[in-house]
This record gives sequence, C-alpha cells and structure tokens, in this order.
Amino acid sequence: MILDAKIPEGPIEEKWDAWLDAHRMIGPGNRPGRRVIVVGTGLAGASASASLAALGYRVDAFCFQDSARRAHSIAAQGGINAAKDYASEGDSIRRLFVDTIKGGDFRAREANVWRLAQLSANIIDQAVAQGVPFNREYSGELATRSFGGVLVQRTFYARGQTGQQLLLGAYSALQAQVAAGRAHVHNRHEMLDVVIVDGRARGIIARNLVTGEIERHVADAVVLASGGYSNVFYLSTNAMGSNVTATWKAHKRGALFANPCFTQIHPTCIPQTGEYQSKLTLMSESLRNDGRVWVPRDPNETRDPNDIPEEDRYYFLEERYPSFGNLVPRDIASRAVKAVCDEGLGVGPVKRGVYLDFRDAIARQGREAIAARYGNLFDMYRRITAVDPYHEPMQIYPAPHYTMGGLWVDYELQTTIPGLFAIGEANFSDHGANRLGASAMMQCLADGYFIVPRTVTNYMATLDGSVSPDEPAFAQTEREVVERIERLMGIGGRTAPQVFHRQLGQIMLDKCGMSRNAEGLQEAMREIAAVREAFWSDLFIDGRADELNPSLEYAGRLADFLELAELMCLDALRREESCGGHFREEHQTEDGEALRDDEHFAKVTAWAHTEDGRPVPHDEPLVFNEVALATRSYK
Amino acid sequence: MRFTLEVWTQASRDEEGHFERYDVDGIDPDASFLEMLDELNARLAAEGKRTIAFDSDCREGICGMCSLTIDGQPHGPNQVTTCQTFMRDFEDGATIRVEPFRSGAFPVVRDLVTDRSALDRIVQAGGYVTTKTGPKPDPNAAPVPPAVQQKVMDAAACIGCGACVAACPNGAAMLFTGAKVTHFNLLPQGQPERASRARSLVLAMDAEGFGGCTNYGECARVCPQEIPLDVIGMLNREYRRGARREDDTVGTRT
Repeated sequence: MILDAKIPEGPIEEKWDAWLDAHRMIGPGNRPGRRVIVVGTGLAGASASASLAALGYRVDAFCFQDSARRAHSIAAQGGINAAKDYASEGDSIRRLFVDTIKGGDFRAREANVWRLAQLSANIIDQAVAQGVPFNREYSGELATRSFGGVLVQRTFYARGQTGQQLLLGAYSALQAQVAAGRAHVHNRHEMLDVVIVDGRARGIIARNLVTGEIERHVADAVVLASGGYSNVFYLSTNAMGSNVTATWKAHKRGALFANPCFTQIHPTCIPQTGEYQSKLTLMSESLRNDGRVWVPRDPNETRDPNDIPEEDRYYFLEERYPSFGNLVPRDIASRAVKAVCDEGLGVGPVKRGVYLDFRDAIARQGREAIAARYGNLFDMYRRITAVDPYHEPMQIYPAPHYTMGGLWVDYELQTTIPGLFAIGEANFSDHGANRLGASAMMQCLADGYFIVPRTVTNYMATLDGSVSPDEPAFAQTEREVVERIERLMGIGGRTAPQVFHRQLGQIMLDKCGMSRNAEGLQEAMREIAAVREAFWSDLFIDGRADELNPSLEYAGRLADFLELAELMCLDALRREESCGGHFREEHQTEDGEALRDDEHFAKVTAWAHTEDGRPVPHDEPLVFNEVALATRSYK
Repeated sequence: MRFTLEVWTQASRDEEGHFERYDVDGIDPDASFLEMLDELNARLAAEGKRTIAFDSDCREGICGMCSLTIDGQPHGPNQVTTCQTFMRDFEDGATIRVEPFRSGAFPVVRDLVTDRSALDRIVQAGGYVTTKTGPKPDPNAAPVPPAVQQKVMDAAACIGCGACVAACPNGAAMLFTGAKVTHFNLLPQGQPERASRARSLVLAMDAEGFGGCTNYGECARVCPQEIPLDVIGMLNREYRRGARREDDTVGTRT
C-alpha cells in the first residue's frame, strides 16, 4: 500500500492556510443532519466534540468513566507549550517546530509539526476565553516557565494542575453543547468495534457498562480520541481504565497502526515499592526546573541523603549534559537514570531510584517560592510516600507514561479507513520517537479544537446520504462483539485478569521497555504468546455480561493489550536503530547515546492487520526540508 | 496488616443491599485503600467468588472517580481521595465499614458504584463561559491579578467527586456549585453571564434533588481539594445579586 499523507503543496508556513482555503464546507442549514461520533472525552475528544457541536453537527461522545470530566488528561500536570514569546526571548513558531522535530529525534512528519506549532498560540487564547485560570505574573499577564528539551520559557501552566484546568475548559464547552441539545455524552459506555459500510466508517458498536446492553450507533464520521496504550506495561502513570481497545479494534478493521514501539518512559515517577501496587504516580517534569537529580558516588553509601556532602554526590545529568543539565528530554533523562541504577548507584529499598533534590532551590529562593510553584506536587509526594520533600530529597524512577505510536493518520488526521479519524495520543503523528514535555496537551487541543472540526467537515461534504443501523454490517459487527463477550465469559478458568496483566507488564518492561535487543524481543514475543494462550484457557470472570461487570471490562481490554504487545515487539525488532525512546542496545554510540540510522529508518512504519495473524509493514518515508537531519545533542 | 471489612453489596439500582463481611490479611501498610480492595477482589476471584464493584481511575487524586464512604467518612479519615488513603492510616486488626457515597441524588449503580451525573447536569445549566472555538483576543488584553487567579484556582481545583454532597446532612451540592460560580464569576471572561449563572445553577441544583445549605460546614471538612467554605457565601451573594437585575431571564427559586 502506498501511504499518502496528503501533505499540501507550498512552503511549510503556508500549507495549513492553503488547505483551509481549499477545503470543502457544509452550509449551516445542512449541519444538524450530520452526525459525528467521538470516542473518548479527554482533551482531544472533549475539544473536538465541543467544537463540532458548536458548528451545528450532532455529536455523540463516548467515555467509559462516569463523567466526561474524568478522562486521564485530567492528570496532566506541568503545562502546555505555545509559541507566544511572552517571555521576550525571541521564541517563534519555527523554534517550537524545530524543538519538537529534534525532540522527537527526527521521526515525526514536518508538515504536521509545523501546523501544531502554528496553532499553539490559538490554544492558549481559546483556553483563556473559556475561563482557564493559567498562572499570572504580578502584572496580571500570563506566566510561563521552562520544560525539558528547550532553552526558552514557553510553557503555560495552572499550578501543577494544567491538564485538569484545560480539560475542565473543554469539558465545560462540551456541557454547554449538551445543554444546547447538539452534543450527547454517553458515559459508562465503551466502544467495542467500529462498523464499516462500503469501505467507510459509519458507526460503532458500544457496550453500556451499567446494563451490559450492546448498542449500535450510526454516524457520518467517527473520531477516535481514546488515548494511548502505556497500560500494556501493567504499571504505568496512566489511569486504571486507560486502554487500547478502540484503536486496536479499528486496526483489526483495517486502520494501519504506526510506530507501535515508540513509547515514552517518563523519568520522574515515584518508584515502585511493592507487588500490591496498581499504578505509578508521575511527578511533573516541571520539578526538574528547580530540583537537581543525583545519586551518591559510592554504591555502598549508607548515610542519610542530607548528610552526604557535595563532593560525594554525583549530579549525573548536570555532568553528562552541561548545557541542558537537569532539563534534558525525557528519553535521555530516563536512560541516564537507568544507567546509574544499573551501575549499582541507585537509592531506595531495591536501589531502583535516584534523588530529586530541592535543597539548593529552597535555600536560594525560599520555601514559599518553591511552594507556590510546586506545592500540590510536594503534597502529593508526601501523601503517597510519607516523606516530606521540603526536608528530604524525593526519590524518583522512570515509568511508562505516554505512547508516541498510534493509528497512522494523514495530514487530515484521517486513518487508512475513510471516515475514521484519530486525534490526540491515539494517533502517531506529531511526536516522532520521543515527546517533549508540555507537548501532549498542545497536540490534543490543536487536533480537537482546530484541525479535526475542519477535516471532518471536508470529509463529510463528500458523503451522499446516510446509513441505517439496520444495515447488515451493523448486525454482523454486533454479532461478532457479542460472540467475543460470550467467549470471554465462557472460558471458565481460575485466574483473574490482573494476574495475566502483571505477567504481560513484566515481559514488556524487561524486554520492550527503556532498552531493547533482538534476542530479548524475540523471547518477549514467545512469552506474550504463551500468556495469551493461558489467558484464553484459564481466565476467570465473575458475574454476568448483562450487568455492571468490572472484571469483564478488564478482561476485554487486556485481551487487546495481549495482541498489541506482540506488534510492539515486532516493530521494535524491525527498527534496527536507536531513536528517541526506542533504544536498541545493538545501536549506540561509544558513550551510550542513541544511534540513528537515517538512511534506512527515516520513515514511519505502519502495520496492517492480516487474517493469518502476520502483520504487514508499510513505510511512509519522512522528508526533512526544514530541519537538517542531525545527531541530537543536549551536551 | 489484617482487617475485617463490612462492605455494602447491592446487585443493581433497584435491588436491596446489605453489608457483607470479609477478612483480609497480609496487607502491606503502604498499599492504598483501593489496592487493598484489589487484593481482596483477587482473592475472591481465586476462590471463584463474586468480586466487589467500586469506581476508580487515575489513582492519583485528581480524576474524582473514587467514591467510598469509609467508617462513615466520605473518602476516608484523612481529607484526601480514597485512592490516596493508605492502609498505614488504619489500626492493624480494625473493622472497617465501606459504603458508597450516600445521597439521594447519587443512586447506587452496583455495590460501591454510584451515579453522580447530577453534577454534570448542574454544569450544563451554566457552569461555563459561552464561547465557540475560534479567534480570541490576546489573553494579556484582560489582565488577571495573581491574587484573583489564586482565588479562582482554589475554586477551580474542584475534582467533582461529590464528597461534599455525601458529607452534608442536607445532601446539598452548595460547595460544588459555589466553586463553579466562584471560578467563573471572578474572571473577566465570566462577566457577561455573571448575573444569570448563579441562578441557573441553583435552579439546576434544586431540580436534581440536592438539599439546601444550613452551614454545617461538613462539605469543606471532607473536601480533598480543600475548597474553602467561602465559595458558598459567594454563591449566595451572586444569587441575590443576579436576582435584582432587570435583564433577568432565568427566574428565581419558587
């Protein structure tokens, strides 16, 4: 298959405007008759739903939580980037673009990233107009701070709860559309398949999680905003319910899945303490603005961290990367943390942790200044660990956090299935092999507020007529969904889903995590297949399918993770290079940095599902006209 | 650690519920309350028994999905969300009573899971700034003093968990609604709809069957986000302020 990204002609600065000028429109009178389904109500889904409904379309939004406001975007902490140059540093769209391309280790599509940078300022304006209370300077103007991988202060924030505030902005805009009767939120519903009629996405099959009822929903276009798949690792910073089901089902219906091996392991999370643990908690990257990362130089150090003098502390990020120091990008910081722990220098009960220390910042700026910036994060840390970070350094360790891979989309954010769009973390498009901090929310909201309302309109303008839920394709897809639920319920084994999930997570973390090699990946694929087989023969689900059944929901999602995991390994195996978060041990420089192979791998790998179970890779070559391919250096 | 749990069990909204007793041992003191329930569920599943349904998602105190009443206290003993409540906060060997959030406006869906969509409907009544997606003025054209921003943020930090309602002897949603009104009515962007907002939200609150405020203050005492009781004063002031305006199209309480 030839992957046509449909990138508009012309200079990069003008591509999006040119596209807008040429796109097909639908008149206001015809909009109420058009229906759009949006799956997921996080930043991408809520902003898309609100914007599409405000245009006049009928929108059906779906979320598995009890309210649209609870989607996991709510947990994003640190901030959102925008090229507004309020800090008067000479920042610009081009600089944000270059930082993002470079941060992604030259594995993202230039035209998309430019558009993202171009729209970044509009997002801030939109959010403020909705009443999002970003932090302010004494003058009353918007405040900004710095984030990893950049040398400017372009990150806007609302304390350490930026995601919460931006999501509530989008959520309240969506609620206004619900009140107006244009948007309908189906909470406690889960999409279990996409329905294809004559080659186009024309609806979904969803399960009402309260009654277990299987429902058919018809639309003219379907937008997936269902987030990422970090929970394939079992322990991650994602919410308990975050899952790959919507995108995976779409993949099995024909949508290509791009770069599944590109995952982000976030450096600053609270380390795991026991087997009982159900998730890992992120400590915002913004903490690296003022916190210094170190380990004792002596692997046998026993002193309390506050008693260790300066000369016995190894500030490894500052020493190895003098120009960016503690603010190197996430992939680099995570690998460095892992490396010092592998050398035996780690701290904590199992020596898998490093210190993040605010002693110097508190001494220099005072406790109050630090509390104003990070108060809620410090409180959260203390609540979880019972250690007070104002007096003792935090302990942190990397944890799976974000997935750059996702459904392949073209410039219009359309997947390879006509009428099926993917936005936010669910698509693959803007972050290449590593996402920079404060860029996820930017992408979600650029996609949801500004891009997909236009591109969905452009698509729907070409459609004639609508389909009925009585079409054979709906009945057939519904039957398959029901059969799968029956199959899960009928296994009648003895093992709860969590047990298999934990096994899967361990395999993925060990062999397809921060560091990968061919042998390990092949082993992982065999082990995943074994867990999958055990799952399908020994799964236990209590309760019934026609009632609220958390075990059944869990099992369904896990079944999809068990398939995705293998594709991640296959993709990691095929990509014979190191780039961003994908580190193949066979491909590294002498000092242990990632070694790209631009000649063979300056491309996107998009996988097609096949009936015989052997995924087929398709390539989209990446062309760099604006930024010269160069070795990423933060030294 | 070892605990005896008395857990509310109810098959569905229309069926009667009862307390079920469970003994759990070997619990790590650093496990969260929800992780303790995960462990109990895993053991129940291993014995082929019915597991306990409860809500949770982010497990870091921000999504507002978890909603247990523990020994009579919404969320538990520490004024933090259930997911941030740890077993080290309980006495070894204790008997702990676990119920859903209790309120007439939050019907039980199953076991410890409730339906809190009434809070969404309050927001739908006007808990927003009406604005479409599109070109907007530069934010610095309407400066917001940091003191105002901080006050707004204190209110906007609400996670919509509904603990305030569950704690209130009247089942009032005044802290939740007051937080919304405080957030929007203090900001320049919220001014055009200021007069109608408080009244629209109060009417929606009444329609959902929430009670009225008689200043118990229990809501603020259990709020995991420490939303200050002031927001209720603000709600009352804004309600009266709006009612005097001639351009009133919303009406008042009847």
